[in-house]
Amino acid sequence: MDKKFLQKTALEVRKSIVTAVHSAKSGHPGGSLSLADTLTYLYFYKMNVDPKNPKMENRDRFVLSKGHTAPALYSVLAEKGFFDKAELVKLRKTGAMLQGHPDMKGTPGVDMSTGSLGQGISAAVGMALGGKISDADFTVYTALGDGEIQEGQVWEAAMAAAHYKLDNLVAVVDNNNLQIDGEVNKVMSVYPIVDKFESFGWNVTTCDAHDFDSIHAAFEKTNEKNGKPLVIVQKSVKGKGVSFMENLASWHGTAPNDEQYAQAMADLEAIGKELEAE
Amino acid sequence: MAEVKNIATRESYGNALAELGKVNPNVVVLDADLAGATKTGVFKKAFPERFFDCGIAEANMIGIAAGLSTTGKIPFASSFAMFAAGRAFEQIRNTVGYPHLNVKICASHAGISVGEDGATHQCNEDIALMRTIPGMVVINPADDVEAKAAIFAAAEYVGPVYVRLGRLAVPVINDAETYKFEMGKGITMREGKDVTIIATGLMVSRALDAASQLAAEGINARVINIHTIKPIDKDIIVKAAKETGLIITAEEHNVIGGIYSAVTEVTSQEAPCKVVPVAVMDTFGKSGPAKELLDVFGLNAANIVEKVKSNLK
Repeated sequence: MDKKFLQKTALEVRKSIVTAVHSAKSGHPGGSLSLADTLTYLYFYKMNVDPKNPKMENRDRFVLSKGHTAPALYSVLAEKGFFDKAELVKLRKTGAMLQGHPDMKGTPGVDMSTGSLGQGISAAVGMALGGKISDADFTVYTALGDGEIQEGQVWEAAMAAAHYKLDNLVAVVDNNNLQIDGEVNKVMSVYPIVDKFESFGWNVTTCDAHDFDSIHAAFEKTNEKNGKPLVIVQKSVKGKGVSFMENLASWHGTAPNDEQYAQAMADLEAIGKELEAE
Repeated sequence: MAEVKNIATRESYGNALAELGKVNPNVVVLDADLAGATKTGVFKKAFPERFFDCGIAEANMIGIAAGLSTTGKIPFASSFAMFAAGRAFEQIRNTVGYPHLNVKICASHAGISVGEDGATHQCNEDIALMRTIPGMVVINPADDVEAKAAIFAAAEYVGPVYVRLGRLAVPVINDAETYKFEMGKGITMREGKDVTIIATGLMVSRALDAASQLAAEGINARVINIHTIKPIDKDIIVKAAKETGLIITAEEHNVIGGIYSAVTEVTSQEAPCKVVPVAVMDTFGKSGPAKELLDVFGLNAANIVEKVKSNLK
């Protein structure tokens, strides 16, 4: 694993997220930034995908169950070459390819249409089941928000994944502890997340969502196929990388204005300089 | 007169699935703890490795079906209409309908004829719900022959399909050698010039009974079977409106959003005429034996005859 390469790539992804949401004048930057490193790791290191052949039969699949963080997925897909980066500034605009939430019919590389919380993981379970019964050796990855797991359907899916022994399924819970109305533990506590998944029959591990060594160690557990699905509960920072967005619920679904955008890009450029200096 | 066989369309579904499983290895079947009642159990017995019980979790079942379809499988997902079309509506809308995935939702125990279980289980809203989803095909077969044909047609068609199935054994009326199921094509069951009865599902045989009774009184009623409610056969409806001037619709569904609505959507634009419903009149169901309930709610030949006579000038 080339850690420096992943760090630099994730930085470009973050710039794209902020640029796309600023251009759209709406969207969800906070949860996109908290997921940026994990998505970069998946698409630039872990997953078997081909941007020239997005429907490749034996590809690994990714389902963004927390569909509102589409800017993160779009930015990674564009960086990987699934489509032109110029599409990013058209996000959410009339006639644009990039819809407010992922649309598998219209966007190359998007494996499932999502946005209504709790539903993506069920589709991911279906994909993993399809892989099992076809003797295909792809892995299905899905990312959920920590607020999202308040949806009952997530636990229906968790039950089914363990019941059908889907060890080709990996779920990430992006635990930034913030949802629209505030802190997850105050709105409706989902804790303890690890214990819940364990009791549902999953392998569980944790990681620091902004440290590639930690992410890598967690995803290495994917290789321990023991008849159980794997969940990675990643401790993340909502708005990570943009100083004034970090750890604030108010940046869940708000776009930066021009001044804030300039500041955000300056923050990210500064991180880039630090990376170069290291 | 030859004895008429009575078979519930859920039975037809189970038998059709088992046949389909033999010829199409991509067919997989999902159920939500109702395999005995929806008759997916017939497929389960024949192909246990392609049957997946999702437990009492319909929302998740629809999502699993969606995911399976992206891997080349043809999932048939079943529950009662109330829990498939009703509880899982938004899952069907967003995870099956919006990406136009190749998922077949086959829901049994639709309508009042569920019987004794009562209002909580009598779904009179499923056609309305499924019809509003862009790209969704909605089929309501009238009998055993049509239900089997519809299941095979659904498997051939690439895209989302909703098939409405019943619990009550209903007369087999489509057993003629010439019967042919074409998705989106209505069937003229009986010619007539005075009035047209457009029926769907178990009301088709009742419409035929009504037409026989009317004939005895000198009224010549056309009977059209609309098995595919979406996309609807506009031509057959417009022709009936123009030629007979009066249409009676007959359905075991709420008067809002079902075939009465679908027919009037066509006539109001293309051939305005009087259209009178025989339907569940915007009310909830009740417990009781299915056949008695159909009479209680006016879903019978007598009510169709009455509607024809009171509206025919």
